[in-house]
Amino acid sequence: MSTVVQETLPDAHGHFGPYGGRYVPETLMHPLQELEQAFFAAQKDPEFKRELDYYLREFCGRPTPLYLAERLTRELGGGKIYLKREDLLHTGAHKINNAIGQILLAKRMGKSRIIAETGAGQHGVATATVAAMFGMKCVIYMGAVDCRRQELNVYRMKMLGAEVVPVHAGQQTLKEAVNEAMRDWVTNVRSTHYILGTAYGAHPYPLMVREFQRIIGDEARRQILEKEERLPDLLIACVGGGSNAIGLFYPFLEDKSVRLVGVEAGGEGISPEKHAARFQGGSLGVLQGTRSYILQDEFGQIQLTHSVSAGLDYAAVGPEHAWLHDRGRVEYTYATDEKALDAFMKLARLEGIIPALESAHAVAECIQRAPKMRPDELIIVNLSGRGDKDVAQAAARVGLQMPK
Amino acid sequence: MNRIEERFVRLKRDGKKGFIVYIGAGDPNLEATRRLALAFEQAGVDVLELGVPFSDPLADGLVNQLAAQRGLESGTTPPKVLETVAAIRKDSQIPIVLYIYFNLIHRVGMEQFITDAARAGVDGLLVLDLPPEEADNYEALMRQAGLCHIYLVAPTTPDDRIELIVKRGSGFIYYVSREGVTGMQNQVASNLAQQVAKIRTHTSLPIAVGFGISSPEQAKLVGSVADASVVGSAVVNQIAELGRSPELVVGVSRFVKSLADAVKSA
Repeated sequence: MSTVVQETLPDAHGHFGPYGGRYVPETLMHPLQELEQAFFAAQKDPEFKRELDYYLREFCGRPTPLYLAERLTRELGGGKIYLKREDLLHTGAHKINNAIGQILLAKRMGKSRIIAETGAGQHGVATATVAAMFGMKCVIYMGAVDCRRQELNVYRMKMLGAEVVPVHAGQQTLKEAVNEAMRDWVTNVRSTHYILGTAYGAHPYPLMVREFQRIIGDEARRQILEKEERLPDLLIACVGGGSNAIGLFYPFLEDKSVRLVGVEAGGEGISPEKHAARFQGGSLGVLQGTRSYILQDEFGQIQLTHSVSAGLDYAAVGPEHAWLHDRGRVEYTYATDEKALDAFMKLARLEGIIPALESAHAVAECIQRAPKMRPDELIIVNLSGRGDKDVAQAAARVGLQMPK
Repeated sequence: MNRIEERFVRLKRDGKKGFIVYIGAGDPNLEATRRLALAFEQAGVDVLELGVPFSDPLADGLVNQLAAQRGLESGTTPPKVLETVAAIRKDSQIPIVLYIYFNLIHRVGMEQFITDAARAGVDGLLVLDLPPEEADNYEALMRQAGLCHIYLVAPTTPDDRIELIVKRGSGFIYYVSREGVTGMQNQVASNLAQQVAKIRTHTSLPIAVGFGISSPEQAKLVGSVADASVVGSAVVNQIAELGRSPELVVGVSRFVKSLADAVKSA
């Protein structure tokens, strides 16, 4: 297993340095404390771990391969590129790792109803899937704009028996879906568990989601040591709320030789309301339960965001990422819509893998960096999800035609 | 003495119950907010709660979300809300509480915001998403500025937490009468009297009850068990309906007076 992180964070109140915490209405304070206790108790319970491991293996399809992208490596002519294939998991993205962990927790807590927010729909599908599997009622909140651009996932969730509620407030994307899920939770908190999908929100969510996602990094670390007998030089992951990135990075934080790069959504370029790169245009703020970098105006109103990828189109970033940014442990950069679409097509044509538009942002960064690296340097790109959901949108953007 | 504390002392002396009204600042515009505030004082409102519009009001139901949206559309910013409070102060000493999301305070800095609020004539803050655990030096700064920091207690708050909250709050305790967001309800929670009695065993601060109270009958019922009733969405709904009509202030005040009269008869 991985090395132990020397400075154990978050602290007892969910703070990562000045970030994180629990900024919620009073009605949720005690339920969050109960959730925290249940989570810590589950972590110590071998039976919980056994059950989680069983479903991750038998239902989700773990471990996922660490796949050598030979043609991409050759084409770029630099570092050796491995893809962590989270796209091969059941339901098509890393989101299921967390969804399965949280529903097992909800079951232990005696909850009968599950709610979740979703942006690209991958977390919604993962949640609807585990809810179906355990026979729980499930309601998914999704921005109305996202419902349109990720239509496939809306149908998947409905087929799985979930109720999908389109949210028409504000810019009708992920942020508004989170607001609506929190309103539901505050109203039905006794019966309902909220499966938050990313390493964001009030404590214990950022910690809990990280712990359910760190399996990505734990596996990748073991796999690269088996294949190459050494640690990688560079890890790259896209960052929306930041769950796939923290999952990959966390087990490597103490390996100082490993460079870690998080890729945010550069949208149409870094100017207000055209992107979702919180470390480029953001500042310290408090939104949806936690303190972190957010995109806001001079008065503290949350700004509009834009990204071709619904999963990265969000005004705030997970508090642990904010901390890792300030500490200089992770470098955060961005890829524009255009670069992400180029990477999307390139991976499809060279490797026969259609990535999610979110993950394509990580691939885009790899395309920038790999040529500048030596052939004996190792890169791991987290391929957090597959791109079926994005096919219609990408085809329109790159101008693919139906054969006559 | 702070205007809120003063008001509750007077109510107690007179054996009367308090009546608190919430409206969204800047809905439909800040001049209307100023005129409504003055009219509410005449109608018998004891404390005015002004919602500072925020882009992401996650504790609010649809009625108050739409009010916040109208507030933002009319160009309402926190500094302009404070200017409006200062304008109200020229004509009225009605106690004013700002109902606000923490990011709007955090953005300018706690110390700066509290200083500005006190200077404008604000009497208290109710920060929806700032629990005592995250309050840091908020309470000390509020005390220095002579403002009340009002905390919420919810139906999900266990006894030991009630104890923690009431020890740290000031002005009054705001009991959220049900789990959920702000909004009108047909019924007052059946265990309300017990809940209020439970909080009373922990504190001598006045207890106001809100969330979901919408009719004179409900306001009166709440007044009979608590020290004050808070009505929000039902008033905001009237503002939404009358909008920019010249009848806005008269019409809404008439409704507010019917609520105030009901509470005062409790």
